[in-house]
Amino acid sequence: MSTPARVLPQDRPAALRVLGATALVGVVATVWLGLFVTPPDQFMGNLVRLLYIHPPMAWVAFLAYGVATLASLLYLWPRTRAEHFDRLAGASAEVGVVFTGLTLVSGSIWGRPTWGAWWVWDPLLTTTALLFVLYLGYLALRRVPGEFHVRARRSAMAALIAFVDVPIVYFSVEWWRSLHQAPTVLNPTTHKTYVHGSMFWTLLLGFVSFTLVYIWLMAHRYRLARLQDLEDVEGLEVALEERRAEGDAG
Amino acid sequence: MLRDAVLVAGKDLRIEIRSRVGLNQIGPFAIAVLLLFGLALGPDRRVLAPASAGLFWVAVLLSTLLAVQRSYAIESADAARDGLRLSGLDPAGIFLGKASAVAAQLLVLEAGLTVGVTLLYGAHLSGALVLVAACAAGTLGLAAVGTLYGVVASGLRTRETLLPLLFLPVVAPVLLAATKAWDAALAGTPSHAGGWLDVLVVFAVLYIAIGTVAFGPLLEDG
Repeated sequence: MSTPARVLPQDRPAALRVLGATALVGVVATVWLGLFVTPPDQFMGNLVRLLYIHPPMAWVAFLAYGVATLASLLYLWPRTRAEHFDRLAGASAEVGVVFTGLTLVSGSIWGRPTWGAWWVWDPLLTTTALLFVLYLGYLALRRVPGEFHVRARRSAMAALIAFVDVPIVYFSVEWWRSLHQAPTVLNPTTHKTYVHGSMFWTLLLGFVSFTLVYIWLMAHRYRLARLQDLEDVEGLEVALEERRAEGDAG
Repeated sequence: MLRDAVLVAGKDLRIEIRSRVGLNQIGPFAIAVLLLFGLALGPDRRVLAPASAGLFWVAVLLSTLLAVQRSYAIESADAARDGLRLSGLDPAGIFLGKASAVAAQLLVLEAGLTVGVTLLYGAHLSGALVLVAACAAGTLGLAAVGTLYGVVASGLRTRETLLPLLFLPVVAPVLLAATKAWDAALAGTPSHAGGWLDVLVVFAVLYIAIGTVAFGPLLEDG
C-alpha cells in the first residue's frame, strides 16, 4: 500500500525562492566584483580578494550562534516556549557550524601566504576552532532521538551551557597569547583605513549577500525540520492504518 | 540543600570506597596516560619537565571523563536514578553532592599525579599554595561541568561518545588557566599565577551556579 500523498503546509513558499535567487545574485556579484573589478591591494596584492568573503562568513557564523542562543533562551522561558524556537535554534546552529567551517578554511588559505603557516594560535582563530567543536557537540546532542519536548529542553540547555563558555574561552585564549605573542598578526584597525571605493562596496555587498544566504539556508533547514517532525507523526498514523487494513483483510 | 548534598556525596563516595572502581581503574588509567605522554615526547627531561603542567592537566581532564561516567553508571543500575528522582531530595543538592564526590575523587587522583610528574618528568615542585589553589578551583570547575553534562548524556544510548565531545571543548579554559597557573608555580614565579587562578574561580562559580539551576529539569528529562 502506498503512502497517501497529503498536501504539506508551506511547501516551498514563493518568498523563499525570491530570497534564494537574490542571495545567489548577490554572491555571484560579490565574487565577480572581488575577482575582476576591484584592484589588488597595495600590501596584500591579490590575497585581499579573499577578504571579501572571509569576514562575511565569520559574521554569519557568529550571527547564527547568536540567533540559536536567543531561540534556545526563548524556548526555555515558559511564556515563550514553542516548538518553532527549538527548530529555529537547531537550524541556525547547523548553518552556523557550516559557516564556521568555511571561515576556518578561508582564513587558513589566507593565512598560509600571509603568515607563512596554515594555522597560527591567534585568539580569534583558536576561539573559532573551539566554537566549531563546541557546536558540533551541540548538533550531535540534537540528533539523539527522543520525545520532542525532552529533546528540545535538553538541547536548549546545552546551547546555553555552551554559550556561557564562549566569552571565557575568548578572554582566556586572548590573555594566553598576549602574554607572549611572537608573530605580529595583521591589525584589523590598520587595514580598515585602506578599504575604500570599490573595495568597500564589494565587502558590504559580501556581508549583505552572505546574510541573505544564511537566512535562506536557515529557512530551508527549518522547513525540513518541520517536515521531519510531521513525517514522524503522520508516518505513525499511516503505519497504524496499514496494520488495520491488514487486520480487516485477514 | 546542603544537607542533601552531603547525603548524596556520602553515598557516592561510600560506593566508590566499597567498589574501588576509582582506585582499580581510574588511577591506573591516569598513570598509563602519564607513561604514554613520556613515550610520545621522549625521555629527555628538558622536554618533559617544562611540559609537565600541561600533561598533568590533560591527564586530569581525561580522568574526569571516566569519573563522571562512573558517577552516572552507579545510578543506572537497579533504576537508582528513578530512586534518586523520587527521593524528594533537592535537585540542586543532588547536583552539588554528585559534583563534590567527583571533585573529591579527582583531588585524590591529582595528589597521585603530582607524585607521578615529579618522578617521571622531573618536575620541580614549588609554589605549593598556587598548585593547591589551582587544583581546588580547577577541579571544582571540571566536576561541575562534568556532572552537568553527565546528566545530559546519562540517559542516552550514545552517552560514551557524546560526553567527551560535549565536555572537552567547554573545559578548554580550565586546561589553559590551570596549566598556566601550574607553569608559573613550577617555574618559581607563583605571583604570575594570580590572574589565571581568577579565571579558574570564575569558571567554577559560573558552572556551579548553572548546575544548581539546570540540574533539576535535566534530571527529570532523562
